[in-house]
Amino acid sequence: MFKDTFSLKSLILPAAIFVVLLILPPIIPRFYTYILAVIFVTALVAMSLNMVVGHGGLFQFHHGAFYGVGAYTFALMLTKTSLPIWAGFVAGPIMAALIGLLIGAFCVRLTRLYFGMLQISLGSLIWAIAFRWYSLTGGDDGMHGIPMPPIISSSKGAYYFALIILAICIMVIYLIFKSPFGATLQAIRDNPDRCEAIGVNVKRHQLIAIVIATFFAGIAGVLFVVVEGSVFPDLLFWVFSLEIFIMCLLGGWFTFAGPILGAAIMVSLRTFVGIYTEYWTLILGIILILLIFFLPEGVWGYVLEKFGSRPKEAIEKGSK
Amino acid sequence: MDIGQAFTFSALGSQFLVGLSRAMILFIVSAGMSFVLGVLRVPNIAHGSLYMIGAFSAFSLSNLLGGSGGFWLALILAPFVVAIVALVAERSLFCHLYEREHLMLLLFTFALMLILGDLVKMFWGADYRSIMAPDVLQGSVSILGSPFPRYNLFLLIVGPWVGVGLWFFSNKTKIGKIARAAAVDREMVGAIGVNVSWVFAFAFVLGCFLAGLGGALVSPMVSVSIGMDHDIIMEAFLIVTIGGLGNMWGALVGSLIFGLTQAYGVLFWPQFAIVFPYIAVVIVLTWRPRGMLKSVW
Repeated sequence: MFKDTFSLKSLILPAAIFVVLLILPPIIPRFYTYILAVIFVTALVAMSLNMVVGHGGLFQFHHGAFYGVGAYTFALMLTKTSLPIWAGFVAGPIMAALIGLLIGAFCVRLTRLYFGMLQISLGSLIWAIAFRWYSLTGGDDGMHGIPMPPIISSSKGAYYFALIILAICIMVIYLIFKSPFGATLQAIRDNPDRCEAIGVNVKRHQLIAIVIATFFAGIAGVLFVVVEGSVFPDLLFWVFSLEIFIMCLLGGWFTFAGPILGAAIMVSLRTFVGIYTEYWTLILGIILILLIFFLPEGVWGYVLEKFGSRPKEAIEKGSK
Repeated sequence: MDIGQAFTFSALGSQFLVGLSRAMILFIVSAGMSFVLGVLRVPNIAHGSLYMIGAFSAFSLSNLLGGSGGFWLALILAPFVVAIVALVAERSLFCHLYEREHLMLLLFTFALMLILGDLVKMFWGADYRSIMAPDVLQGSVSILGSPFPRYNLFLLIVGPWVGVGLWFFSNKTKIGKIARAAAVDREMVGAIGVNVSWVFAFAFVLGCFLAGLGGALVSPMVSVSIGMDHDIIMEAFLIVTIGGLGNMWGALVGSLIFGLTQAYGVLFWPQFAIVFPYIAVVIVLTWRPRGMLKSVW
């Protein structure tokens, strides 16, 4: 099975990038190490969103809620309980997946816009609780200076930790993407009625996809705490969720690696444009409009279409 | 406030009126959103930004014109400022996207929200602004033995009239009927020779006009500042969802639920007041996943 999934040729580029990223930290300034670590975290959350949006065709409008739940669970386990740290690492993603199961079970009963709207409202409920429950979550201030074990508390330690977890997650997501389950999910995206007709349980597949995606979002949330050492309610806010959405769009919905590229572009732009102007969201809005008009299949989708081996029809069919 | 006091009849009654007047603002804003959603089938995420522009323009206009007359003129002119902004955005960019997927339209309105939010920051700055209501509407009147702000009473009078006006417009005028027809079957409306693109433009501008009106009306009650778009847009979204997408009466029912749960939430558990409306939304959607009333499409 592995031989089919990972052909040698397709492994060269990711492996090369991985090796370069491994040897980078001692060479580049600390600030860039930090930015790269932020990109890793953001890439993971964008990848996890794309599992349901790009591959599953679901209007997962409030993915940030699960990311935030993972981050908050981890942070609370570290600060409010005396359990060992690995328990927090496990609890973050599991809690996110549980909330994903709960919210997903409500949402999959509906389709498209209703799905998205219901998810925004349920996700906002979580945001409202985190925003207001001062004694537990620190309210709108969030929690800062969360203690980390020494090995991952330095910026290099956090960098390597995030990189390795991201690499593992990408491999697992790729296996899921290529598995029969992933294929079914993409079939559901393209034609839910026909899938239903040939006996696929559409709702159950969608729910499982949501649970898996929210699990990975939870992992990303944990990594966020490792890299930043803090949590705040903005992670759970719907504006952030739509920003993750834009990352998937920017990179390319219907490609596997697109969201990683999208996250990298967004984080770098925010960081470097933010130095020059306080009107970062204005720039983001303009980029988004340009994207909608000129590159609807995203940067990576465009590259693949122009130079890649992927047949054009597949992309066009996907965008229907 | 201790529990015994909270449950007195007059406290419950005055809180009911507070909730009702809040619901009027929510209704005006979400009816606009619902109208756009009904005809264009796109939840306009920029709706909250237009509401904010309405509030800021009301501030600037009433300062510019001065006096108590200035406030009334600002109340009338501010929604038109918003309508012009909406018209420009629609004709220059949005109208070229109607043939595209819905998700793209949705993301466009998000882009518009990001841009308008920063433009407001550039134009008006990040300070908090406040507007004085004219003397007639200041102070409070006594209702059932407890004081009730006059401005809220004013909202209770304006809200239903906006509803009546919108009903009259969409049911009794030709353009309103065409807009409703386009909501149900846009190909057919196009086939009988109506320029659907302009119908959409009109619906979009009208919806945004209502957002601006809501913003102008709310401006004397709150501190006008950037960030007010984020709160209202989520509320309007949820109201429209629980009411039934595109249904104007649904927007009214949703606004009442939202306004009242908010008002009583403040009374019973101030710290978690904002949680109550969300819980109401979850209950409604569990009970009726497609909203209380029938959606238009």
